Amino acid sequence: MSDRALRTALPFVMLGLTVFVWDLAVLWFAIPPYVLPAPGVVAATLVNDAPLLLQSLLVTLTITFQGFLLAAVGGIALAIVFNQWRVADYALYPYAVILQVTPVVAIAPLLLIYLPQPLAVLACAWIVAFFPVLANTTLGLNSVDRNLLALFQLYKASRWQILLRLKLPAALPEILAGLRIAGGLSLIGAVVAEIAAGSAGAGSGLAYRIAESGYRLNISRMFAALLLLSLAGVAIFFVLSALSHALLHRWHESAVRQER
Amino acid sequence: MSASAVVSLRGVGKTFENGTVALAGLSLDIAEGEFVSLLGPSGCGKSTALRIIAGLSEASTGAVTAPHDDVGFVFQDPTLMPWATVADNVMLPFKLGAAHSADASAAVTQALARVGLSEFAGAFPRELSGGMRMRASIARALVTEPRLLLMDEPFAALDEITRFKLNNDLLAVWQEMRRTVIFVTHSVFESVFLSQRILVMTARPGRVFTEIDIPVAYPRDESFRTSAEYAGYCRQVSEALAQAMGVVA
Repeated sequence: MSDRALRTALPFVMLGLTVFVWDLAVLWFAIPPYVLPAPGVVAATLVNDAPLLLQSLLVTLTITFQGFLLAAVGGIALAIVFNQWRVADYALYPYAVILQVTPVVAIAPLLLIYLPQPLAVLACAWIVAFFPVLANTTLGLNSVDRNLLALFQLYKASRWQILLRLKLPAALPEILAGLRIAGGLSLIGAVVAEIAAGSAGAGSGLAYRIAESGYRLNISRMFAALLLLSLAGVAIFFVLSALSHALLHRWHESAVRQER
Repeated sequence: MSASAVVSLRGVGKTFENGTVALAGLSLDIAEGEFVSLLGPSGCGKSTALRIIAGLSEASTGAVTAPHDDVGFVFQDPTLMPWATVADNVMLPFKLGAAHSADASAAVTQALARVGLSEFAGAFPRELSGGMRMRASIARALVTEPRLLLMDEPFAALDEITRFKLNNDLLAVWQEMRRTVIFVTHSVFESVFLSQRILVMTARPGRVFTEIDIPVAYPRDESFRTSAEYAGYCRQVSEALAQAMGVVA
C-alpha cells in the first residue's frame, strides 16, 4: 500500500474503530442515553433535528466568517501600518499583545454588556482570530531578503513598490499560515462568546444549542451539535489549506511535494 | 583620475556603527570597458567597496565617483524573487522604473538568450539548478545594459564544473557587450582567468595592496586555463595575495 493511500485510509479506519468501540461499550455496560448516547442515537438526532441544527450552524458560521474576514483584513492592514510606521508599531503593539493574552472567555461577559449580542459575539471572534494574522504578517514583512531589498533600492523602487512587489509577496507564506490559524480561532471565539451569551438567555448559534441541550439533559443533541462544530472546523481548515496550496504550490518550498 | 575612468575612489574609508573599520584609504580607478577583479581574503572589505560603488552604502570618508544610476549588481546568492518566473525576475528593473526601454520584453528575451536561459523563461527559480539561478541573476543585471556591472563573488557557491562554464560564458557576454565589470572574488584562479587587471586587497582595514595586469588577449578559453602562462600568473597573484595577508597577519 502506498504511503499516500495509507495516510488517507488510516484516519478513517481509526474513526470506524472508535465508533465501533463506543457503540459496543454503550451496549455492554448498558449506559443510559442521557449519560452517553450510542452513535446510532446521535446520528438519528442529527437527522431528526437537522432543520434546527443546520439553522444554528448557519448562524455560527456566519459569525465565524465575519470575524475571520475582519481579522484577516484588520490583521494584515495593521501589520502593514506597523511595518511602514515604526511609531505606530511601538505605540500599538503592546496593546495587540494584551488583547491576545487576555482570555476571551473573560472578556465576553463585558462585551455582552456594552454591545448588542450579535456584535459582541462578532467582536469575540475577531479578538481571538486577529492576533495570529497580525503577528505572522509582521514577521513575514520583516523577514525580507536583505539583498533583494538592496536590489530594489538599486533600481530606485518607491516605498509603495517595495511593499507591493517585494514585502507582501515575500510575506505571503506567513500571512497564509496566520490565516489558517485564524480560521480555527474565529470559530472558537464565536463559540466561546455564544456560550457566554447563551447563559444570559439569548442567541441561536450552535454553541447556544449545546448549552441549552445541556440544561435539558438532551445529551444526544449536544453530541450532534458538537459533531457539526468539529466538521465546521475541519472544513474551515481544509478550505484555508487549499487556498494556501493554490497560492504557493508553484514557488514555495512548503507547498512543493517531496520526491522520494 | 584619468579621463576615461568610470569608477574612481579616492581615500575611501568605511567604519561601521559597531566600530569595525572595513576600509581605510582605498583608492582605485576603473576605465570604461575594463574587466577588473578585486581579490582578497574573506572580510577584507571587497563587498563593502562594491556596495559603496553601487551606491548601496555610504563611504565614511573619501571621494567616490561612480555611475550609480546605471549599474547592474550580481550578489553572491542569486537573489531572485521565488514567487516570480525567471522572465518576471529579469523584467524587474523595468518594472521598478529606474530603467526604461522602448521594448522591455524584447530586452528580457535578449538577456535570457545571452545567458542561455531562453527555454526557462516561464520557470520558477526553485525549478532551476544553482548555476541556472545564477544565470538568471546575471540576465537581470544585464537587461538594462548597464554601463557598470558589479559582481560580488557570484560563483563562490557553485561547483567547479559549473563555475568554469559560467566563467567562460561571462567572458563571452563581456566581449560582446564590452561593459565595465568589477568582479569581487577570493579565488586566485578565477581572477586570473577573467580579468585584465587584478587589484589585490589587504584585510582589516581593506585597501589596495598591489595591482597586477594580466595582458593576455581574449577570447580566453580552456587552452588558456591549462597553459603554463596561466599557471605563472596564478603563482604571481598568489604570492601577492600571501604578502597582502602577511601585511596584517
